[in-house]
Amino acid sequence: MRMKVLVIAAAFLAGISTAHAAGEKIELPDVEWSWEGPFGTFDKAQLQRGLQVYTEVCATCHSLNLLAYRDLAALGYGEEEIKAYAANYEVEDGPDDAGEMFTRVAIPSDRFLPPFPNENAARASNNGAYPPDLSLMTKARKNGANYLYAMMIGYSDEIPEDVALMEGMNYQKYFAGHQIAMPQPLYGDDIEYADGTEATLEQEARDVTAFLAWAAEPELEDRKSMGIKVLLFLGVLFVMVIAVKKAVWRNVKH
Amino acid sequence: MATKTEFNNPVIRWVDERLPVFTYLDHEYNQFPMPKNLNYWWNFGALASVALVVMILTGIMLAMQYTAHVDLAFESVERIMRDVNYGWLLRYIHMNGASMFFIVVYIHLFRGLYYGSYKAPRELLWMLGVVIILLMMATAFMGYVLPWGQMSFWGATVITNLFSAIPIVGDWIVTWLWGGFSVDNPTLNRFYALHYLMPFVLFAVVGLHVVALHVNGSTNPTGVEVQSPRDTVSFHPYFTAKDSVGLVAFLFVFAAFVFFAPNFFGEPDNYIKANPLQTPPHIVPEWYFLPFYAILRAVPDNFIGAWMGFTLISAKLAGVIAMFGSIAVLFLLPWLDTSKVRSARFRPWYKWFFWLFLLDCLLLGYIGSQPAEGIFIWIGRGATAWYFAHFLVFFPLLGWFETPKPLPTSISEPVLKEDS
Amino acid sequence: MADEVQTPESDDEGARRREFLYLATLGVGAVGAAAFAWPIIDSMNPAADVLALSSVEVDLGPIQVGQSITVKWRGRPVFIRRRTPDEIKAARVAELAELIDPQPDEERVQQPEWLILVGVCTHLGCIPLGQKSGEPRGDYGGWFCPCHGSHYDTSGRIRFGPAPKNLEVPGYTFLDDSTVRIG
Repeated sequence: MRMKVLVIAAAFLAGISTAHAAGEKIELPDVEWSWEGPFGTFDKAQLQRGLQVYTEVCATCHSLNLLAYRDLAALGYGEEEIKAYAANYEVEDGPDDAGEMFTRVAIPSDRFLPPFPNENAARASNNGAYPPDLSLMTKARKNGANYLYAMMIGYSDEIPEDVALMEGMNYQKYFAGHQIAMPQPLYGDDIEYADGTEATLEQEARDVTAFLAWAAEPELEDRKSMGIKVLLFLGVLFVMVIAVKKAVWRNVKH
Repeated sequence: MATKTEFNNPVIRWVDERLPVFTYLDHEYNQFPMPKNLNYWWNFGALASVALVVMILTGIMLAMQYTAHVDLAFESVERIMRDVNYGWLLRYIHMNGASMFFIVVYIHLFRGLYYGSYKAPRELLWMLGVVIILLMMATAFMGYVLPWGQMSFWGATVITNLFSAIPIVGDWIVTWLWGGFSVDNPTLNRFYALHYLMPFVLFAVVGLHVVALHVNGSTNPTGVEVQSPRDTVSFHPYFTAKDSVGLVAFLFVFAAFVFFAPNFFGEPDNYIKANPLQTPPHIVPEWYFLPFYAILRAVPDNFIGAWMGFTLISAKLAGVIAMFGSIAVLFLLPWLDTSKVRSARFRPWYKWFFWLFLLDCLLLGYIGSQPAEGIFIWIGRGATAWYFAHFLVFFPLLGWFETPKPLPTSISEPVLKEDS
Repeated sequence: MADEVQTPESDDEGARRREFLYLATLGVGAVGAAAFAWPIIDSMNPAADVLALSSVEVDLGPIQVGQSITVKWRGRPVFIRRRTPDEIKAARVAELAELIDPQPDEERVQQPEWLILVGVCTHLGCIPLGQKSGEPRGDYGGWFCPCHGSHYDTSGRIRFGPAPKNLEVPGYTFLDDSTVRIG
């Protein structure tokens, strides 16, 4: 009977996971990410490189609204470095004593400055397409990290014959429908890495994906390390309560 | 029940003579006689009450940080995830806790179905359980709206629109539910207020459920009532110990999801802020609603109209009636089951129908997760038909046609037999 | 119920061991429950975004001698007064023995000209008057709390009234001559 339950449960879970993958099947590349698995962690050097890619390329169109500059401390930056990074941006503040709004240099407690003041402005500058906010992108898509990576490496000049590109669209082999409004963002050598890493397309794509995965789940490392401790604790407690139960029931025939 | 417990501690004795809470606790949770042959499937009631307490506790903490406003709700949830101390932990516990609560309660329900726990004299106990499930569904649905993601918004829109199927007053009711002309800020605010209120109503009904349980005590795997003290052991320490085993195992599974797969039960679309102008391509409810969602969609267009020659009610209304009917039928179960025997152990045919029914529910769940097209529609209709047939046809007939196996004379009998 | 046949000795020993097991399990369980209580309690402490705003930088440039400004810091007003030579003198000549909460002015300022105080009366938390011209400054030329009549001097020290302590001096550092960071 117990076996039967397990089989049914397994069939049910299998059903759910195939249900998730329904629709047109697009095989995404499967990258081994450092933060996967129960002991996975982020690679700070990679996150720093990813921040550089985001800053110099993605940030021209995509906002990162849920992040504050102070959050960059998790990437290994010190207070002064974060201040200097924030100081590249000017934010509106106010009103001042005269009732006027004014701009000032951004400080660590400010949120990442969006490239456009609002959605309409963003659409107006991008042929009507709206570059989505990237703060939660890896959580907001199925298989998020691989999806994001695929969005950057999936461009090609060779367009299959069955794809009729619409005006202003680009061919993207991993995107649903294979056409995307975003022009190819990365080509390789788009930036010069501060740490001297060779800026190939794959490298850049992996790094910025890592950075955005961290941006979506900044709690990931804390969560997993706490999880290991909690499960170990519960495992020990489980052995103990089994022993208690056996001791309590030792004289009862049932 | 009538005799008061004597306490040595003078403070406890002083209080107890004036307000017999300690006597009550002693009677109901210390000395309370429990059938000694309960298996681990009887853990799940206790687990459900732990899940409820965890939900209320984490929910109160989250409420202190959450902002119920369409412009701020999504961001305030992300602030909880990012800035509030251990906010991610509380939120993931609450999020996964909903799924855990439903898993535990569904197992509890199927245990009741298998062992015939709903039969006289426990009909009201069972019906209170069905009320609990209804309250849980309402609470979970409204809670899912609060993060104000795409699934929150469109789930709320689709489900509230169900009420528009009600003839004549339907549209008025929907507008009234929304407090506007679409799901918007007033809707979010009232859902928040009710989401906070309903767990306490739930808690009260759980209290009644326990009171009703303690009138006749638990059933047991044999389905034979307790006949003498030889059949029972006291709640403490025997079942406090046994429940603890189940509890720690439950917490282990719970923690595994919270820490290592916190979004397993969720939908990626809910990490996109609600956009009233764009519906996600696949709207799916949370997994615990999937079987009911499948039943909702199973009723074909003009099904009733074609059958009766004219359109009496629309397919939409029929679907809504079927969905609510699938739960309402549970209320009638104590009278639909005509068998004199409780436990499926001694019901050779019912045992099969039980497993088929479980499979049918899982199948409905699967269908609910699929787009309503092609073969899925027909499987969904078949599974829905089986669901209702199980209650309305099989249960009454099985009682007449099935020959039960001989029952033991008491709970202790099989044990004593093994001994000799 | 078949009772086990045991010698009294082993039963004693077994009972002791079981007692220990019960207590140990209860103890471990209690530790677990306490560990779960901490995240719940800590979630009510100031969050990261609140802590990030716990220091503010103020430009002192526009403030004239004799003027005061109020800035908001951690949800409370901070009084910044650029004191006149007379006010500084008044603060420094006061006899410590006369004070309710004796503290020399030198300990309350980093630069004599700049007096920086948390503008919350130490009695029951009202905001004292005296920042704007025309507001009463009390008998000692500093601040006057309208709630229960506490008078503060030009060093923000309590001189008369029910308040038990001087106005609090927040932690601050001068980043340069005209910029100060509070907190």
